Amino acid sequence: MVQTSLPADRASASRPGTAGGAESVLDVVDVTRRFFGMAALDGVGFSLPAGRITGLIGPNGAGKSTLLNVVSGLLRPDAGAVRFQGEDITGLKPHRLAARGLTRTFQIARGFPKMSVFQHLMLYGPRQPGERLLQAPMWSRTARDREAELAERALAIAGRLRLSPLLDAPVTALSGGQKKLVEIGRTLMAEPRMILLDEPMAGVNPSLGAEIAAHLQALNAEGISLCLVEHDMALIRQLCHHVVVMAEGRTLVTGSFEQVAANAEVQEAYLGRRH
Amino acid sequence: MLSYLLFSVTIGGIYALLSLALNLAWGGAGLVNLGLAGFFGIGAYATALATGAGAPLAIGLCVAMAAGVLAGLAITGLTLRLRDDYLAIVTLGFGEIVRLVALNERWLTNGADGMSGILAPGKAALGVVGFNQAWAGGVTLVVLLVWLLLRRLDQSPFGRALRAVREDQELAGFAGKPVLRLKYQAFALSAAVAALAGALYAHYQSYISPDHFQPLITIYIFLAVTAGGIGRPVGAVLGAYCVVAFLEATRFLAAVVPGIEAVQVAALREALVGLSLLLVLHLRPKGILPERIPPAPKAPS
Repeated sequence: MVQTSLPADRASASRPGTAGGAESVLDVVDVTRRFFGMAALDGVGFSLPAGRITGLIGPNGAGKSTLLNVVSGLLRPDAGAVRFQGEDITGLKPHRLAARGLTRTFQIARGFPKMSVFQHLMLYGPRQPGERLLQAPMWSRTARDREAELAERALAIAGRLRLSPLLDAPVTALSGGQKKLVEIGRTLMAEPRMILLDEPMAGVNPSLGAEIAAHLQALNAEGISLCLVEHDMALIRQLCHHVVVMAEGRTLVTGSFEQVAANAEVQEAYLGRRH
Repeated sequence: MLSYLLFSVTIGGIYALLSLALNLAWGGAGLVNLGLAGFFGIGAYATALATGAGAPLAIGLCVAMAAGVLAGLAITGLTLRLRDDYLAIVTLGFGEIVRLVALNERWLTNGADGMSGILAPGKAALGVVGFNQAWAGGVTLVVLLVWLLLRRLDQSPFGRALRAVREDQELAGFAGKPVLRLKYQAFALSAAVAALAGALYAHYQSYISPDHFQPLITIYIFLAVTAGGIGRPVGAVLGAYCVVAFLEATRFLAAVVPGIEAVQVAALREALVGLSLLLVLHLRPKGILPERIPPAPKAPS
């Protein structure tokens, strides 16, 4: 499905609606973002195929985290556009993106310290009539039904991630690995079409890492597109159908893992130029 | 003595309303509101002006709450980028501005002389004791209703989303929660409850002046919410009654200390209030009735 192993030529990489022939879910078009004059993103562009797992890699300082922050609505780009499922989402607030099915996770597992695992799962449920100020005290039939529906899903997801015994524990009481699982669980509650994962395996032991990898593959099998920023090349090789390499705020190469790994420019970006 | 007890119950109820207001903004959404006395004052002056112009009590209370909502929305809008200490300082400034406006805009508020003869329903008909009984009962009923409403909000998905904003507002956005809307709503509702407390106070006392809206009230209410348990409406109510009971008790306690003058008695009371806050924070940092995590429903087996 991916033909190019050549350095991404900007025109083809930023062409919307396609990603190497497949339908694209996310299009990043010529995005620029500067911090105090320094361009962290300098016209980066690529398209991600729908229903696939894409790895976003690149050396430190390539702009991966900034790009994730721009796509997820935390930062506004200075120039360029982001399209999700064909619609322009540039500069939309995170909660609007969540409503469209685009969510993200964080490198360091974040949570709401005084809330339980179950509350975290419930919180992420979309379309909650009980969150409206005027409906909340009425506790209307629709609000109660929705709450019961979400509770059922939350319990099912907790069971799937083997978090059931921890449902009432505050997230601060969990281990680092369990926090990662809660993060995956609550993201699932949001009924996403695409999840951006920022180093999902950072600081996780190998056996839990394998468990998380299996969960990610299961999610993908259900049709959810994934894009993960990751430094673990073995994991990228194992999980990702498609790889985007960034360097110095631009797209360097896109293609399959083998194509990308064989590319001289990628080797140079990671290992340095031979003099 | 009976009138004094009934007076204390009524004031306790008014403090309870203020505590519920603070608990909603601070305990619920994490918005530190040191301008509580300002919203309290706005409610009092709004109803004094409205009923002074001939409106009945019910309209006066509605005008007070509407004024509270407007002030709350304005303050939220002005402080959107502020959190924690910075928000606290700005809201403290707001409270002082309200007091200074009341002090200086004589044409509207009669300045330092205050507004007297505010509509006090039942005072003439019921006599002193009957009036105090009716108001103690009425204010307690209002506390009960507001408590039930806020408890319901607290336990609803709205309360859950608000907690998320309190804990990490950026993450709450990624969880799909409209952070701005939630902040506006929580703060405006909190301001409305504080203004309602002010309106009830104005009608009960039938006299208000800028002196009644000193920042010290805000400190008492923070003490009440901290002692009762931040983040739990029933804790706020309990804390408020405890603080009023404590304040009134120290009146007698300080009087039995030999060899001090009236001014020193007043100072000793303030010192005791400070000491009690330290003790509460030391012994029960989460309050008497701390926030609870509601248990998850059991999975159908």
